[in-house]
Amino acid sequence: MAYEKFTTLISTGVPLKSENVDTDQIIPARFLKAVERKGFGDNLFRDWRYDREGLPKAEFVLNDARYSGKILVAGKNFGSGSSREHAAWALYDYGFRVVVSSFFADIFRNNALNNGLLPVVVPPLFLGKIFAAIGHDAATLFRVDLPQQLFTIVGSGESVPFEINMYKKECLMKGLDDIDYLLSMKGEIREFEKRGQ
Amino acid sequence: MGKTLFDKIWDSHVVRSVEGGPDVLYIDRHLIHEVTSPVAFLNLERRGLQVFRPGQTVATPDHNVPTEGQDLPIGEELSRHQVEMLSRNCEKHGIPLYGLNHPWHGIVHVIGPELGITQPGMTIVCGDSHTSTHGAFGAVAFGIGTSEVEMVLASQCILQPKPRRMRITIDGRLGPGVTAKDIALYIISKISTSGGTGHFIEYAGSAIRALTMEGRMTLCNLSIESGARGGMIAPDETTFAYIRGREFAPQGDAWEKALAYWKTLKSDEDAVFDSEYRFLAEDIEPMITYGTNPGMGITVSGHVPLLEEVAVAERDNFLKSLEYMGFRPGEPVAGKKVDYVFVGSCTNGRIEDLRAFAALVKGKVKASGVTVWIVPGSKQVEKAAREEGLAQMLETAGFVLRQPGCSACLAMNDDKIPEGKYAVSTSNRNFEGRQGPGARTLLASPLTAAAAAIMGVITDPRILMEGS
Repeated sequence: MAYEKFTTLISTGVPLKSENVDTDQIIPARFLKAVERKGFGDNLFRDWRYDREGLPKAEFVLNDARYSGKILVAGKNFGSGSSREHAAWALYDYGFRVVVSSFFADIFRNNALNNGLLPVVVPPLFLGKIFAAIGHDAATLFRVDLPQQLFTIVGSGESVPFEINMYKKECLMKGLDDIDYLLSMKGEIREFEKRGQ
Repeated sequence: MGKTLFDKIWDSHVVRSVEGGPDVLYIDRHLIHEVTSPVAFLNLERRGLQVFRPGQTVATPDHNVPTEGQDLPIGEELSRHQVEMLSRNCEKHGIPLYGLNHPWHGIVHVIGPELGITQPGMTIVCGDSHTSTHGAFGAVAFGIGTSEVEMVLASQCILQPKPRRMRITIDGRLGPGVTAKDIALYIISKISTSGGTGHFIEYAGSAIRALTMEGRMTLCNLSIESGARGGMIAPDETTFAYIRGREFAPQGDAWEKALAYWKTLKSDEDAVFDSEYRFLAEDIEPMITYGTNPGMGITVSGHVPLLEEVAVAERDNFLKSLEYMGFRPGEPVAGKKVDYVFVGSCTNGRIEDLRAFAALVKGKVKASGVTVWIVPGSKQVEKAAREEGLAQMLETAGFVLRQPGCSACLAMNDDKIPEGKYAVSTSNRNFEGRQGPGARTLLASPLTAAAAAIMGVITDPRILMEGS
């Protein structure tokens, strides 16, 4: 699936302090019935964002006019639970390009990387600083520098390095996906099958 | 240094290790269902690709299907369309499909093992996190996203970083009324929903050896709820006896050859794990969850933690959870009114689970205020329940056996728990809204579910068990 190339992003952040945000909250199962990848952003965080009548809940952060931007700042263990890739699609479709947290669930992290959504792991103390910076001033800018693997709070200049494997880094920077890589290996895969039987 | 069981299987399936990146892992069996596959097929067709190894792929619709009137067209349009798309994609690409009303239809993680598709030493993936279930047979099995489903359809391989290894050893003997589900909820309550993240778990110890295959599947199924990619148990005589004679199990000489290989599948004595936990079976009691993630588990006879018993950093989430559930810190859960009971899912929808439920309710009557949904995991489970007389026994006690599917576990079909209602469920997730918007889920074993169905309130099943 094509996605925008990622190099460096400068943006404000949207703070979602809840921990253990599971993929059922990111996109509830009843919205997984589509057979095409379209419009999932409308139902991102559906039951936290809207009431039963479909009216926005004022207290939820996506409905708070103070906060906007392409970076979601989330509490630890983000994306646990179901393997639904629709969670990554919904975040991307809504407009997020980065999720920052102190800890991600494995399958969500893979799904995000496969869809041009960069998961950035920062130490718990630094995550606290990011939340504090947004709390102090919602217009605080953050810089996510993928080539340098560096996350920076622009105003204070505080920064922290983040990990990503070299292969995925290159995929994100070039907007490539894994299928092309695997297709180029068909001969090797056939050889492997012959050896195994 | 010796190798773990996980290393042995993983390493033998690596086609190539990408420098500074993931492994290219060969996949022996790919299971697909209607929800996480359509976009993968669509992308495959946009690229003009065929499915590389359709014969190593198996499909069944389970997430969306109704659990009543399966002989009729699916009423809800979007669900019907998704199920039809699966049929069309399978037909176009030559993938075996066990659709609605096929005698082998059922939840993907129930039919794989019962048809003998799941075998020791295999790599198995599915676009569903509970693929960890198949690890019960000594397979490396894990859930994947839709992009990864597309990778496997296109190349029978997946790019995947190799997880670390964890061993959880449980020695001793489980007490009466304590099941594999209780072991799992106990473990997750100890190591949390992120304790297993980045790891593949091997379960070991005498209490694990003593489990039936159904129990092992329940335990491995819930590995993902601790954050682990998967869980596995070394195959043994229990495993071999289960597989033997099943539809897709090796036969004759092939069986002997397979068996000889399967017997080599165990961790070496000197294998080193990245992390290890040890628990005692005697410490485990019937468990139930009180909160909104599977790590929030207590004994059925216990109480919701007091605020002081919760780590300071966790208190906001703890209180938010209790507000959703309508519980107060420190109160006991036993005696709480129950509105719904759901028995089923890839966690506890197998014949042994229905037998356990039926054994406890036998000679008793369903409580009047409780709605009970008993959903077999597959057509074969449903058939066995009828042939064994379980269905009749359940009907006598006031229960009805429905038709197979994922059902109220994730409420994609019509089986939704209404807002604010309490449901004791044998499924795997108690997340907010998981069983329907506003539904309040308490995860427990089939025995604890049976006790709730009879008493109408949360009850320690041991109270109702004969001779205890």
